[in-house]
Amino acid sequence: MHDFTPIPALAGGALIGLASVWLLAANGRIAGVSGILHGLFSPPDTKWRALFLSGLLLAGLAWQAAGMPSPSRAGFPLGWVAAAGLLVGFGTRMGGGCTSGHGVCGLGRLSARSLVAVIVFMAAGMIAAYVMRHVLGIAS
Amino acid sequence: MKQPGAALGCGFLFGIGLWLSGMANPEKVLGFLDVAGDWDASLLLVMGGAVAVTLAGFRIYKSKFQLPARKDIDFPLVAGSALFGAGWGIAGYCPGPAITSLATLSAESMVFVAAMLAGGLLHRALWRSRRE
Repeated sequence: MHDFTPIPALAGGALIGLASVWLLAANGRIAGVSGILHGLFSPPDTKWRALFLSGLLLAGLAWQAAGMPSPSRAGFPLGWVAAAGLLVGFGTRMGGGCTSGHGVCGLGRLSARSLVAVIVFMAAGMIAAYVMRHVLGIAS
Repeated sequence: MKQPGAALGCGFLFGIGLWLSGMANPEKVLGFLDVAGDWDASLLLVMGGAVAVTLAGFRIYKSKFQLPARKDIDFPLVAGSALFGAGWGIAGYCPGPAITSLATLSAESMVFVAAMLAGGLLHRALWRSRRE
């Protein structure tokens, strides 16, 4: 098992958790990124969503401006990227959440629905990654 | 909304957490999801670290706010999560990392986010037409 990075993983996870608690404390909102994104198209209540997403984007800019490693992948087929994006957009809307809303926040508030969602999307993700890499041979 | 400005800070902190943890690196994500390969368990610790904080923090604030109250396990929850997971496992992006990765101006982050928005709007259109 190479590439194991426990310290940044735990620290980064803790920051994600802190940001989620902060959003709940300040605005009474659940930090579910897919819900925030889809909600951009359902006024009113679009301002805080746009601000949260701007913050996410600014973090990416700041991370790069600080010269921190921001790994990029070249040559992964964009057709598969588009298909994956469609599935993620459709599925998160249908299932009512993603890794953050069901995972970080849902598990944090001991929601049974979110636990089921996490188990299902983890399993589906593992199957898809297996098929992509070991059956179709599309490496990344 | 009491403090819309705080949402900007929350998004920023959340995004830094994604970069620091490795979640914004699709190859690292796939290294976790591909349990049959050279498995990288790091992302388990990302979720563990995040949930440890929300478990503690939400206990303080949860009674003050209206949180989602549904408890039923229905078809859309399971099928939607399965579709989401499949998309996650194909390219290695979930919504948060995809959005913060737009900052790199990489072609794949832009294609992914555009398709993700289209997928959400497609679901909304289908759901509306079924109700009519």
